[in-house]
Amino acid sequence: MLHPTVVLWTAVGLIGYALLPWYGIDGNLFTFGWLFGGYPFDDDSAPAVILNLGGEKLWLAPLGALLLLPLALAGRGKSEPVFGYLLIAVGLVGGAWFLLQGFGIGLRGFQWQWLNALFGELGDRQFGMGWGALLTGVAFLFLFSLGLAARGAVGGDEFVVGAIVFVVAVVGIFIFMPIFQMLLSAIVTQDGDYSLSVFFTKFFSERLWGLDCVTGGPRCGVAWNSLFLAILVGVITTVLGLVFALVVTRSGFRFGATLRALTVLPIITPPFVIGLAIILLFGMSGIFTQGLAELFGLQPTRWVYGLPGLLIAQTLAFTPIAFLVMIGVVEGVSPSMEEAAQTLRASRWQTFVTVSLPLMRPGLANAFLLGFIESMADFGNPLVLGGNFDVLSTEIFFAIVGAQYDQAQAAILAIVLLFFTLGAFYAQRFWLGAKSYTTVSGKGDAGVHPHLPAGLRNTVFAVAASWTLFTLVVYATIFYGSFVRLWGVDFSLTFHHYATAFSVGWTEFGIHWRGSAWNSFWTTMQIALISAPLTAAIGLLTAWLLVRQNFAGKNAFEFGTMLSFAIPGTIIGVSYVIAFNVPPIELTGTGIILVLSFIFRNMPVGVRAGIASMSQIDRSLDESSLTLGANSWQTFRKVILPLLRPAILAALVYSFVRAMTAISAIIFLVSARYDMSTSYIVGRVENNEYGIAIAYSTVLIGVMLAVIGLMQLAVGRRNIGRRTGDDPQAAGWRSNVSLPGQTQPVTIGGG
Amino acid sequence: MVEFKSNAASVEFRNVTKVYGRSAAPAVNNISLFIEAGKLVTLLGPSGCGKTTNLRMIAGLELATSGQILIGGNDVTRLPATERDVSMVFQSYALFPHMTVRENVQYGLKFSGFDKKDVTEKAQAGLELVGLSSFGDRLPSQLSGGQQQRVAVARALVLEPQVLLFDEPLSNLDAKLRRHVREEIREIQQKLGLTVVYVTHDQEEALAVSDRIIVMNNAEIAQDGTPRDLYEAPANAFVADFIGEANIFDCHIEAIAGDVAVVRVGPVSLRLPARGRAAGPAKLAARAGRIELAAEGAAGTFPGRLEKVTYVGSHLEYRVLTEFGEIFVVSNDVDSALQAGQDVGVKFAERGPVLISG
Ligand SMILES: Nc1ncnc2c1ncn2[C@@H]1O[C@H](COP(=O)(O)OP(=O)(O)O)[C@@H](O)[C@H]1O
Ligand SMILES: [Mg+2]
Repeated sequence: MLHPTVVLWTAVGLIGYALLPWYGIDGNLFTFGWLFGGYPFDDDSAPAVILNLGGEKLWLAPLGALLLLPLALAGRGKSEPVFGYLLIAVGLVGGAWFLLQGFGIGLRGFQWQWLNALFGELGDRQFGMGWGALLTGVAFLFLFSLGLAARGAVGGDEFVVGAIVFVVAVVGIFIFMPIFQMLLSAIVTQDGDYSLSVFFTKFFSERLWGLDCVTGGPRCGVAWNSLFLAILVGVITTVLGLVFALVVTRSGFRFGATLRALTVLPIITPPFVIGLAIILLFGMSGIFTQGLAELFGLQPTRWVYGLPGLLIAQTLAFTPIAFLVMIGVVEGVSPSMEEAAQTLRASRWQTFVTVSLPLMRPGLANAFLLGFIESMADFGNPLVLGGNFDVLSTEIFFAIVGAQYDQAQAAILAIVLLFFTLGAFYAQRFWLGAKSYTTVSGKGDAGVHPHLPAGLRNTVFAVAASWTLFTLVVYATIFYGSFVRLWGVDFSLTFHHYATAFSVGWTEFGIHWRGSAWNSFWTTMQIALISAPLTAAIGLLTAWLLVRQNFAGKNAFEFGTMLSFAIPGTIIGVSYVIAFNVPPIELTGTGIILVLSFIFRNMPVGVRAGIASMSQIDRSLDESSLTLGANSWQTFRKVILPLLRPAILAALVYSFVRAMTAISAIIFLVSARYDMSTSYIVGRVENNEYGIAIAYSTVLIGVMLAVIGLMQLAVGRRNIGRRTGDDPQAAGWRSNVSLPGQTQPVTIGGG
Repeated sequence: MVEFKSNAASVEFRNVTKVYGRSAAPAVNNISLFIEAGKLVTLLGPSGCGKTTNLRMIAGLELATSGQILIGGNDVTRLPATERDVSMVFQSYALFPHMTVRENVQYGLKFSGFDKKDVTEKAQAGLELVGLSSFGDRLPSQLSGGQQQRVAVARALVLEPQVLLFDEPLSNLDAKLRRHVREEIREIQQKLGLTVVYVTHDQEEALAVSDRIIVMNNAEIAQDGTPRDLYEAPANAFVADFIGEANIFDCHIEAIAGDVAVVRVGPVSLRLPARGRAAGPAKLAARAGRIELAAEGAAGTFPGRLEKVTYVGSHLEYRVLTEFGEIFVVSNDVDSALQAGQDVGVKFAERGPVLISG
């Protein structure tokens, strides 16, 4: 008898090799149109074995041969060394060959000069891989993991080893490989040669690093612009976040719960919507601008386009995130620390300065870094109101979609952006990780946080009140603006924009989605619905591996997955365009690439939700299940998953919502066939059709509010509102990047 | 070396009540008490009875809902913590994790108007007093639990407060350290003549350290007295049971003659201190060690049946079923031949039983 799991994966591999079309086909596999298009002998849809038998694509033949090898293990026990070693060898050799042929042979024959030198011109070519190739590749992956498990890796647990290998492989293929290819393309010149000197001239160009504006010139380098903006936004959002947190926790303010609701805003607001509102308020035809012009005869200017507008928009957009972080931090300071200070004769003000603030310092730095990274990665706002103030993320976009189409330039800009965000990531992880004050153990004193000194309290109230008011004005503007015929010119109210975008008609064939927005709306829904469960699944699986399993290389595994979280969406977008435009993985223009980008952009949401709730489930539950005879897959399914239901639901809903609001990655990846809501809206903004853009945004906000509201009802607000307060990522706010934090939940002080 | 002065002052509660927020039941209900200067007084009671609330009202961390609080004879009812001359050692120690041990100890001194030299010297003296003079430059996280606790004590002591408060100071220490640390606290208190209010729910700890114990139950004072008073003459069933286990018997006071009551407990008649009781039905408490077992039917005994005999090394424990229910008896006679299942006579020791209220 052959081991059943070996049978399974060998069969999967053989199906991939011998039955399914090896290369990518036009159209959907599951509509089976390909079956009637000349299968199996037509070259386009033929399985590899037919191709090989016909003497074509002979480099695929070894894969088939390798897949037959595991059959030799029939009758062998799992514990025999040959069992494990053979599977490892098959997996490794097969996998390596699979990748080598995929990357080595492309549209123009051999991809690498040394292959040409070695074997001469190939005289054949191949297209992107299809379902057959996919199954075969997966089979090698899992045969390899079976072999490892048989040799005793992670206690010989097939499921765990398989899960680890799988996560490593997909993260490698869909995050690190594209980024690596992007980095590589930075040293490719327009003519397709490699050149370091061209790279360095571009990298150190005035355009990036010029300091003209300091000496009175018109503009500074893009990198400096981004950095300067990010630092300002980081500082301001941190201060505002602290102010709000103090109002909620230290001022006796009674409507704290209402203020907390503000933190849901960044989750449901597409990033550029704030920018739009700023234009409606302060742009050339904005109400403030026109009002001032009328009252004081001030000449309207374009002052808001550029640094000031970006600063306002990003501060509005990211303050709730800082608030969420700071609330956790401020509440985390043990009240007995502050009480102790008071019994030691420190006044309220002295207590605040010498004890409360220093204890919040790590949190302040954390909030700053988040604001910094968010600002760096923000794409929507600079796109709509950047004016002449160029920043990295939009420059990357224009390098790719602009007239110049300069991949290398985009890659270089992306490297600079990546350098900044990863720098901040490192700072957070190593500098702050060591500094969190988690000392005091044991039973705590209950205690209450003292109120702020009166002067400080009034200041804090004033700031928070004005900012809340401003936020409300912004959202009211969006809502109102969607009903205004032509903002700045004709303020009469109309449903015109909604009608244009969302009108529905009836024809003899049923409902006719006549509005211009329906196409992108349904695509978005569809893509979001497909990617949400996949995101949640891979996220929770990864979380489970991180929290519950110990294996060699776990630190590297953790570091790799966490690192991938600090990558801005723009960079994912560019690298996907660069990596998945050509074989072996050819996906541009498909819906799959959108789904993939969502999965890997939003995976952190699932991971963090999973980590947060899994750390709360006592490990002894797993262990007792294991000792009761269940294997680790059964334990995961029967014990962990049911307990994780709230986390699963949260991960599902948040990845759904984030898929609906994302812009930075997908703007590179949409196509005429697969257009998304956000990119459609941005397109309308670029055409100055603000009415439709705002109406559409309002609808999106409404849909997402409804979704979040339903989930709140289903899960109960405890799980998503308060409890995750110190962990904004677990709550899954909309974000261009996600920072890693401590994997273990931190309890500060005793309390 | 700097000598610590004792500024010890008395603490007085006059009809103090504390109600949290909008809750109906008070956490402390109309309590009056007086703590003499230089004494260590313990607030003892089950968890939730209001001990911590009392302590926090002395510190000024909570303000009394009604009533008056006096420290050293001055009314401090409305003063906030900062302005009271009271220091507190928190249950979690509440050491500032971002300051070294020395900075922690200097913290309060800096706000007390001492000049730099005094601050340094007093802090050093405080650390020496608790035996941590060489640990000044460490962070609290680099100390063991016991050491952290001593830092907390030093930090409170160096301010020479009128009153020093301890909230369950031993609860975060392991069992072995507890005895040692509580002796240290008592030693320092006596050496410096401090007024200490000490909160615990552990009756053994309370008996060992206190000059006086105030037993609390349900937001009220159940009894106030010396450790010996409480143990030997509990005022009511709650105290009798809370401080060392006691057996409670229903009895009947047949006559009162001056200070002496004639009490009938089942078939047995006893002459006991009346403690202000009147004739009629009453209750009697007797400690396990103050009940003796004799032969069945012996004079001055009532009948019982031995349910269980447990040998615990230093003594024997008996469970005896009687007409009053199951009672618990301890005997030092480990060589006794009594067997479970046997019928015995149960007898009160000479100075054992006391009349209690309700
Ligand atoms: N901050 C607070 N808010 C509301 N109720 C409280 C608060 N602190 C304590 N209580 C309540 O007051 C009662 C007494 O508490 P506490 O003084 O802490 O008891 P102890 O220290 O004796 O265990 C308890 O019922 C407790 O639930
Ligand atoms: Mg308490």
